[in-house]
Amino acid sequence: MTQSQSFRVAGLGLVDRAQPLDFTFDGVPYTGFAGDTLASALLANGVHLVGRSFKYHRPRGILTAGSEEPNALVELRSGARREPNTRATVTELYSGLDAKSQNRFPSLSLDLLSINGLLSPVFSAGFYYKTFMWPASFWEKLYEPMIRRAAGLGRAADAPDPDIYDKANAFCDVLVIGSGPAGLMAALTAARSGAKVILVDENFAFGGRLISDWRTIEGKSGSEWVNSVVTELASLPNVRLMPRTTVFGAYDTGTFGAVERVADHVAVPGPGQPRQTLWHIVAKQSIVAQGSMERPIVFGNNDRPGVMLASAVRSYINRFGVAPGRTAVVFSNNDEAANTIDDLVRAGVTVAALVDTRPMLPPAIKAKARKHGIRVFEGAAVTDAVGGQRVSGARIAAAYGSINNIVCDLIAVSGGFNPNLQVTTHLGGRPQWQESLAAFVPGTLPKGMSVAGAANGSFSLAACLREGARAGANAAAAGGFNNGSASAPAVEDELTEVSAFWHVDGAKHKAFVDQQNDVTAADVRLAEREGFRSVEHLKRYTTLGMATDQGKTSNVNGLAMMAELTKKSIPATGTTAARPPYVPVSLGVLAGEHRGKHFKPTRLTPSHDWAKEQGAVFIEAGLWLRAQYFPKPGEADWLTTVNREVKTVRSAVGVCDVSTLGKIEVHGTDARKFLDRVYINMMSTLGVGKCRYGMMLREDGIAMDDGTAARFADDRYFITTTTVNAIKVLQHLELCRQWHWPDLDVQLFPVSDQWAQYSVAGPRARDLLAKIVDKPFDISNTAFPYMACAEITALGGIKARIYRLSFSGELAFEIAVPARHGDLLMRKLMSEGKEFGAIPYGTEALGVMRIEKGHVGGSELNGTTTAADLGLGKMASTKKDFVGRVLAQRPGLADPDRPRLIGFRPVDRTARLRGGAHFIGKDDQPIAKNDQGYMTSVTYSPMLGHWVGLGFLARAEARIGEILSAVDPVRGETTLVEVVSSAFYDPEGARLRV
Amino acid sequence: MRIKCPYCGERGNDEFSYLGDASVKRPDPSAADASDAFYAFAYERKNVAGPMQELWYHAAGCHAWLVVTRDTRTHEISDVKPAQDVALEQQKTASAP
Repeated sequence: MTQSQSFRVAGLGLVDRAQPLDFTFDGVPYTGFAGDTLASALLANGVHLVGRSFKYHRPRGILTAGSEEPNALVELRSGARREPNTRATVTELYSGLDAKSQNRFPSLSLDLLSINGLLSPVFSAGFYYKTFMWPASFWEKLYEPMIRRAAGLGRAADAPDPDIYDKANAFCDVLVIGSGPAGLMAALTAARSGAKVILVDENFAFGGRLISDWRTIEGKSGSEWVNSVVTELASLPNVRLMPRTTVFGAYDTGTFGAVERVADHVAVPGPGQPRQTLWHIVAKQSIVAQGSMERPIVFGNNDRPGVMLASAVRSYINRFGVAPGRTAVVFSNNDEAANTIDDLVRAGVTVAALVDTRPMLPPAIKAKARKHGIRVFEGAAVTDAVGGQRVSGARIAAAYGSINNIVCDLIAVSGGFNPNLQVTTHLGGRPQWQESLAAFVPGTLPKGMSVAGAANGSFSLAACLREGARAGANAAAAGGFNNGSASAPAVEDELTEVSAFWHVDGAKHKAFVDQQNDVTAADVRLAEREGFRSVEHLKRYTTLGMATDQGKTSNVNGLAMMAELTKKSIPATGTTAARPPYVPVSLGVLAGEHRGKHFKPTRLTPSHDWAKEQGAVFIEAGLWLRAQYFPKPGEADWLTTVNREVKTVRSAVGVCDVSTLGKIEVHGTDARKFLDRVYINMMSTLGVGKCRYGMMLREDGIAMDDGTAARFADDRYFITTTTVNAIKVLQHLELCRQWHWPDLDVQLFPVSDQWAQYSVAGPRARDLLAKIVDKPFDISNTAFPYMACAEITALGGIKARIYRLSFSGELAFEIAVPARHGDLLMRKLMSEGKEFGAIPYGTEALGVMRIEKGHVGGSELNGTTTAADLGLGKMASTKKDFVGRVLAQRPGLADPDRPRLIGFRPVDRTARLRGGAHFIGKDDQPIAKNDQGYMTSVTYSPMLGHWVGLGFLARAEARIGEILSAVDPVRGETTLVEVVSSAFYDPEGARLRV
Repeated sequence: MRIKCPYCGERGNDEFSYLGDASVKRPDPSAADASDAFYAFAYERKNVAGPMQELWYHAAGCHAWLVVTRDTRTHEISDVKPAQDVALEQQKTASAP
């Protein structure tokens, strides 16, 4: 059944009546028009009850027509696209829109949990702190689940978001935030002067109040004037118009964060179209022209559906052609009431009464009311709204105390206007109280920012246009664009008087200050009584202003009420600075493409495709994917594969891709001096054509990284770092070069990506490489001994480098070619190696072999160990200074009893060792006091036929042969281990020097 | 925040990585009090409220270390210099009679 839009007013509004759009709310089908919001379309169909409140489950309606909405929060869409807490007032209607009310059980009109309202003494301010104190065990099992079920709003989708989100950057001379009269004039003036302008508005239509109020500018209606300005702006090449874009935060140096809702106004984004885009807008000058937000007056039952801000009433009438009721009471403290009456009358709504808190209304307004036959109550207040799920009347206390009940279905309330100055406070600016406006206005502004129009407390249309033009001209001039004229169209003057009025005394029902968080006037009074009087305490004790609307309609009222209670001025009570984001921002758009697999880049080595063809299993190492092992058909598990790879390397030859190592060229006449200062050992004494293992410390004396240095010329070294530290080490070396020793003649060139590098290891390694390197290069042991290096050619003229380095303990070489030849080299090594039984091996076999040799790896270089801990203390030169030398001598780090690297094997040779196990004396209690060290690396050694491990143990060298317990409390295992030398395999190193 | 790299121009701060106070310099390792001096160099930092000279590294750019003068209260950057130039200048001053 399609409901008729019985509240749509003929002849009013900017919606496109030729384009009806079907939608559903709580499963009921309705129709609206293109140009509607979900809220306006619901109101057109007479739907006011749209949700239940957070704590008390009270029926709630639509309070506003903008992004400040505290009540009309719905679940939009369904399934993986379900989006909770979506404000119906800013949700652009589309065909097929499907929304549901939230926080109701079992249904919106019958909510059993509204009994919470009767239990409200329990739910008053601070109730968490007072009520659920003890017993503590009840918290997790009873209180929390109960509160979570009863309180709370919508449900997030429980499937991954299927949409894509994008990030983009924009740069401009002048950013204009807001496209009301001030913003449009600012953008136009700046744009005409030639400045590069970006105009953003969170709405899908430009114009702000000009399309929501009944206005005339230069003989045109507000919307006609807006169209003419937007048309001109769109025609200018130096202007970018960004509707549906919310600036949610101001950041340093003129950077703004903004979310563009690219495809939120369609059911499903188009192919490849992002749902939303996160913009970083960098602006030399910015103009905040975000207008103002009306604040409600706090009275009894002021949260009933049918109580609506007067400005929202005007928006629904003028912009959407919807009458939000049939009979209205206007409750106000300011002159805008005159416009509200005009608009209601024009829309055919009966205005039953004008209730103004001021003792004397301006004669013009009184005359207007009389003309329309409206009862006027001066110096009066609406104490309560009457009605349950919808307003059915207003209880009015007249000036002299008499109570009048007036039948109505709409109460249009206005307590004055708060400039939208949030963005001006994001960088620490404090708003200032202006008594004449009864509002905060922007205080100190960030550099390059100006404020124009209602956001600046200048509420009249004439002032908005004037200030906008001036701000636009000034901003353009600041960027050197001087030919703009700051003239603004003239419009008639208007009344904008306001007299502060915050809340009504004598309400019979609950009166809400913060409707989204269900904070009542009584809660504010309670906070005062209990001593939570500063604005920061008030906020945290009552949760006032802490909902997703950030208290846009409640903060100032709450503050003013506290000021009254404590008999202080408002500025003495506090201010209402805001933090980003201005409106809720989805996590999806902040993440953008950086989620799942794309959270960080994945780097592939030059021969990755080849490894993939071999069926390699890959593992992440830093950003890289490295081949972990190469299973063969029929191999039962990874261990079988790795054992085969190790045995083949140790008996024939294997090739391992080590391209991921960090690689840095170190050039210059002082390169040797420089390397001496960054490595603990001497590098200046390294001969040309030789390599040396090296260790670097952090300045605090802890080991940072290890690698090798190769010297190709007097002034030309090449060093390697571990894969994961490549970036960190370069940054450290650059600091040393540029900052510590700026006078050294040394240059660093990161070349990690330039070289594809392969370790060729095993007794047949030389036989294989002899077929790869070009003649006449001689790789015999005499010509090219252990730790030699050379620049050569390979594979018939390809530039190459060869190093006689070994991590595996076997006869081994590392050969490098320019990255583009890496794939070719790998394929050649395999095809040429076939006759020697060559295999590829992965990082797992590499790890097994380094443990068998007792070499340190990432588990040992873990940020807590010194060179001495690693058994490399003797490497440290005493003839020179180096980074980390001084602090490594601190007593705690130099303590000979510190745990040192040593080897372990299980007493029962069939037992398995566990990394992370702690060493305890075998008769001691496994408690922290008895802890003597821990196991860092373990592996099954295929060469020895049992598990072996490396670990740190106090006074290790003296304890060879001792039996200890290796206790692994995580897995609940205790294994007896024997302390042994860490050189498990070929301790003399005979295999690598052949 | 945007930092004007002397080599690359103004860039977003996500291109830079931060080290900290540029007023501490690596001490003379041969001095008698080297142990205390290095301890202070490694660990002791002032918590400045106001303009502060800091070291930033243009990691996603030219790899220059920069001495950035930033007001810690406002994040306003008043000066950016290559750290190497600053360090050379300091050396010159220190060795001047």
